[in-house]
Amino acid sequence: MMRTAWITGVGNTAFGRLEGQDALDLMATAAAAALEDAGRSRAAIDGVLCGYATTTPHLMLSTLFCERAGIRPAYAHAMQLGGATGGAMLMLARELVRVGRCENILVVAGENRATGQARDSSIQTLAQVGDANFEVPYGASVPAYYALLAARYMHETGLTEADLAEFAVLMRKHAMRHPDAHLREPVTIADVLASKPIASPLKLLDCCPISDGAMALVVSATPATDASVAIRGAGQGHRHQHLSAIEDTANYGARDAAQRAFAEAGFGPDAVDLVEIYDSFTITLAILLEETGFAPRGGSAARLRNGDFALDGPLPLNTHGGLLSFGHCGVAGGMAHAVEAFRQLAGRAGDRQLPGRRRAFVHADGGVMSSHVSLLLAREDTP
Amino acid sequence: MSAFHTAAAPFVEGLARREVRYQACTACGHAQTLARHACSRCGATALEWRRATGRGTVYSRTEVMRAPSQAYRALAPYTIVIVELDEGARLMGHGTPGLAIGDRVEAGFFDFDERTLLRFAPPGGDA
Repeated sequence: MMRTAWITGVGNTAFGRLEGQDALDLMATAAAAALEDAGRSRAAIDGVLCGYATTTPHLMLSTLFCERAGIRPAYAHAMQLGGATGGAMLMLARELVRVGRCENILVVAGENRATGQARDSSIQTLAQVGDANFEVPYGASVPAYYALLAARYMHETGLTEADLAEFAVLMRKHAMRHPDAHLREPVTIADVLASKPIASPLKLLDCCPISDGAMALVVSATPATDASVAIRGAGQGHRHQHLSAIEDTANYGARDAAQRAFAEAGFGPDAVDLVEIYDSFTITLAILLEETGFAPRGGSAARLRNGDFALDGPLPLNTHGGLLSFGHCGVAGGMAHAVEAFRQLAGRAGDRQLPGRRRAFVHADGGVMSSHVSLLLAREDTP
Repeated sequence: MSAFHTAAAPFVEGLARREVRYQACTACGHAQTLARHACSRCGATALEWRRATGRGTVYSRTEVMRAPSQAYRALAPYTIVIVELDEGARLMGHGTPGLAIGDRVEAGFFDFDERTLLRFAPPGGDA
């Protein structure tokens, strides 16, 4: 009989430019906050999963982190799956709890991606998700890969640049309500459309910023005393690594991941009342919403304009502001969605608290829509 | 010529000779991009490199304004295209400015940073 895995606490640093802190400093801050939130002592943590940090390319980052943080787990390692790392760590933490391997697992990642290296260095490191012989030599970067993806997707579906701009504006609106968000100045559709061209059709405000920051969650075999939030479904999809190898623009792998997660959870998109979806670029968010079943193909912007993804709509989207405005520091950027989902379900979202949220869909994407992890979180007691 | 994978050597050598090459599966005939150890359609491992005509259709395109490094800033803005070769495989390359999805193109070559690279242009145009 499989046990149930519960999220019992979360923590984070602010995102932005945090001068003078390295990846381990940031991880330690977020971890301490998560342990306090979960009401778990360091001695109670018997599993640690951590994400890689491009600024700290250590062979044994989890061990290094545990030494710094005063934790002696019975199970630990780091993981690497690009932006999907956080989702994959949570999925594994759930499995380790379900089979009885661990009681309390700390999932943590952080990186000084903004202040720990030159911008060019960061962009070139990330560009290596492309192929070393077929793609990278053309001066391609992650924005260029997603621009090529966007141009084709827009050609096939009729989505427009103004449609994509709507997502940037919505994410900024949501981030303005979060004190820890990197970007909190209001922006308009006109601002997005007039922002600096990066790689057509993507402009600066279609792209997430590069931030410093950290996120942590605790996954446990027993629920928190005030709120029972379970991970009820999880699924992955991996169909390619490189942009050149993408075969089907109607299934980059997100649909596979989502369908596997929904099948396991025993409910579908109609039962979800909160969505937290990876949004490295505006196009990423539009495609993932459509592919995972929350909007028809080409129809995500229409749902947005209808107010469906607003805070008072039926399906609030990235209520922390997403990567586009809360910020992106690597693995932790992709964990912020799960952290926010937990806070909303558990009633721990403070001023941002939405009433009555019970089922959240969380999705993470790594590479160029290459690796996908979907998670379904459910509040199971009566708030 | 730093760090190219062994599997891609025939492709890179082809470019140096001004040839476009692609991998074909000897079992099912599938033409695929990149350099792999198995057919992405049927899984067979008997693959062979073939010479493509270099003609194809623009599958996607972007104009890059923000280059990733100082070396590429000398080229910016530049157009990157994904071209579906007539043989079926898709390849990334540079393209002449103004290319649109669906345009017919043919491969040309240019040398940059000690490599020979692809630049696609409308048939009969200057590559």
